Amino acid sequence: MSNTTLRVVLGLTVAALILATAPLWAGRADLRLIGEMMSYLALAVLWNLLAGYAGLMSVGQHAFVGLGGYVLVIGTVSMGLPPLATLPIAFVVAGLAAAAFALLLFRLVGAYFAIGTWVAAESVALVFAGVPAWGGGAGISLPADVVRSIAETREMREFVVYWLLCGLGIGTLSAAYTLIRSKPGLALMALRDNPTAAVSVGVNISRIRFWTYVMVAALTSVVGAIIFLQKLRVSPQAAFSLQDWTVAVIFIVVIGGIGRLEGAIVGTAVYFLLRETLSGYGVFYLIVLGVVAILVVSFSGRGIWGLVERHLGWSLLPTGRRMSA
Amino acid sequence: MIETSPATALHAIGLNKSYGALAATRDVSLSVPAGSALGIIGPNGAGKTTLFNLITGAVRADSGEITLFGEDIARFDARRRCLAGIARSFQVPQPFTGLTTYENALIAAAFGRALSEKAARPHAREALERVGLARKADMPAGNLTLLDRKRLELARALATGPRLLLLDEIAGGMTEAECSELVELVREIRDAGVTIVWIEHVLHALLKVVDRILVLDFGKVIAEGPPETILRDPHVTSIYLGPEEIQA
Ligand SMILES: Nc1ncnc2c1ncn2[C@@H]1O[C@H](COP(=O)(O)OP(=O)(O)OP(=O)(O)O)[C@@H](O)[C@H]1O
Ligand SMILES: [Mg+2]
Repeated sequence: MSNTTLRVVLGLTVAALILATAPLWAGRADLRLIGEMMSYLALAVLWNLLAGYAGLMSVGQHAFVGLGGYVLVIGTVSMGLPPLATLPIAFVVAGLAAAAFALLLFRLVGAYFAIGTWVAAESVALVFAGVPAWGGGAGISLPADVVRSIAETREMREFVVYWLLCGLGIGTLSAAYTLIRSKPGLALMALRDNPTAAVSVGVNISRIRFWTYVMVAALTSVVGAIIFLQKLRVSPQAAFSLQDWTVAVIFIVVIGGIGRLEGAIVGTAVYFLLRETLSGYGVFYLIVLGVVAILVVSFSGRGIWGLVERHLGWSLLPTGRRMSA
Repeated sequence: MIETSPATALHAIGLNKSYGALAATRDVSLSVPAGSALGIIGPNGAGKTTLFNLITGAVRADSGEITLFGEDIARFDARRRCLAGIARSFQVPQPFTGLTTYENALIAAAFGRALSEKAARPHAREALERVGLARKADMPAGNLTLLDRKRLELARALATGPRLLLLDEIAGGMTEAECSELVELVREIRDAGVTIVWIEHVLHALLKVVDRILVLDFGKVIAEGPPETILRDPHVTSIYLGPEEIQA
């Protein structure tokens, strides 16, 4: 293992340990907040791979968050599965759905692709709102016996969900890092920087785009399932929320640094900092978010992390290949 | 008849490409024997770069046939043509700006040769050494000067291990010394068995390397032959060459 790899593995392990022991030292509200941050970290890492690297500007990722939520509820309520068993099902269902969407959406480019992903997401939401057995427009709660099957006490249940979210956040970040350091990662970075040149040196950009789209959708859906395992109830509005699962995530990635792994970390931190300090101010909070986004983007196309990288030369998750090495 | 013998590196018949009402190439045919070097000249907007785009598959031809070492590649997309052995340098350099010089070459070597990243490393290094960029290997490609970006174009093309190398105006802006070095390098590449097609306005550099010259004007081939004949052709000189350029 090289020195950089060792440092990153050590860093991620320490972060994971601190997070895992949080139930010992943090209060209930704090745990909820950290858990939520972890879910957003995972969503941001995934959307960054999709839009920042593969160049697929999807504004319809809430389709997959919601799909995950519904697979959880349908799997446990209608099929009697234990909650955790629904996670791999969410993965597969969303992956297949994404593959089907790709057949249509990948014919569209640029703004048309973006609009297509949004339309697709709204259609999925309509489908779930239309089935009375799944709660229709009103939604459906996890029954008490399903909730108890997660863990006996409420406290333990919250710990379990918290740990799942942390595993997801750190796991997704580690997986993305490993991916970028592998050969497909070279293709993703080539695609990010210059698709024309990438094709001309033999990179199969259709294949890498397809698999990025499918895998990101599958994992986004797993994040969704765990998010709703915490909320214990889904409704079409909450599960397929454009605002919560797409707009907020885009904000995070864009201000943090699109096309940089660190961007998702920095963006999540900034987003929650703003949200927690300004939550009492209503509309004012949204105005501040907008102003921050505009300021950051006009100073740096690669967000806050782009500035840090350029001026300080820092790298939290170095992916560079050196000739000397 | 389209060439099916591997002794012809590149054979194209009747390549057409229009942008709206503008015919960028009209009925362009050319044949390049394996191991030889063909120069392409013509005024600005003559369709030279478009021709490269059609050969590499970056742009789909409206019509025409094309073979590479006897293999029909008309239906290949740009990636498969790269794997089949065509590499190009872009007239306007297209580096992966967020990556280092070395990573640029590494991507070309890994994907262009279908190798693992590890197996691609020596090819990337060798390509950079050949064009004189090894010292700047770990620099961000986005920080390279225009001249170095052109070198990187060449290095990246070489890293894919091409059988046919298409060079689009790589000598422009070079000093006399740099230009001689470049000529030396292109000759070496050709002597190693790589077939060359070179678009170049810097005629004296071109003449030191190529066996034949093809002249494009308004998308049409107006002359093709050995340099001596082409440069004496009154049609060519009247359209394209000022008298001072021939002497240069
Ligand atoms: N994508 C495009 N869309 C529309 N027109 C184009 C496109 N690409 C090229 N053209 C036009 O086709 C013609 C040929 O362009 P091309 O770039 O092939 O010329 P060239 O011979 O390489 O010129 P130069 O010496 O300036 O590089 C030009 O008139 C150009 O404007
Ligand atoms: Mg040109």
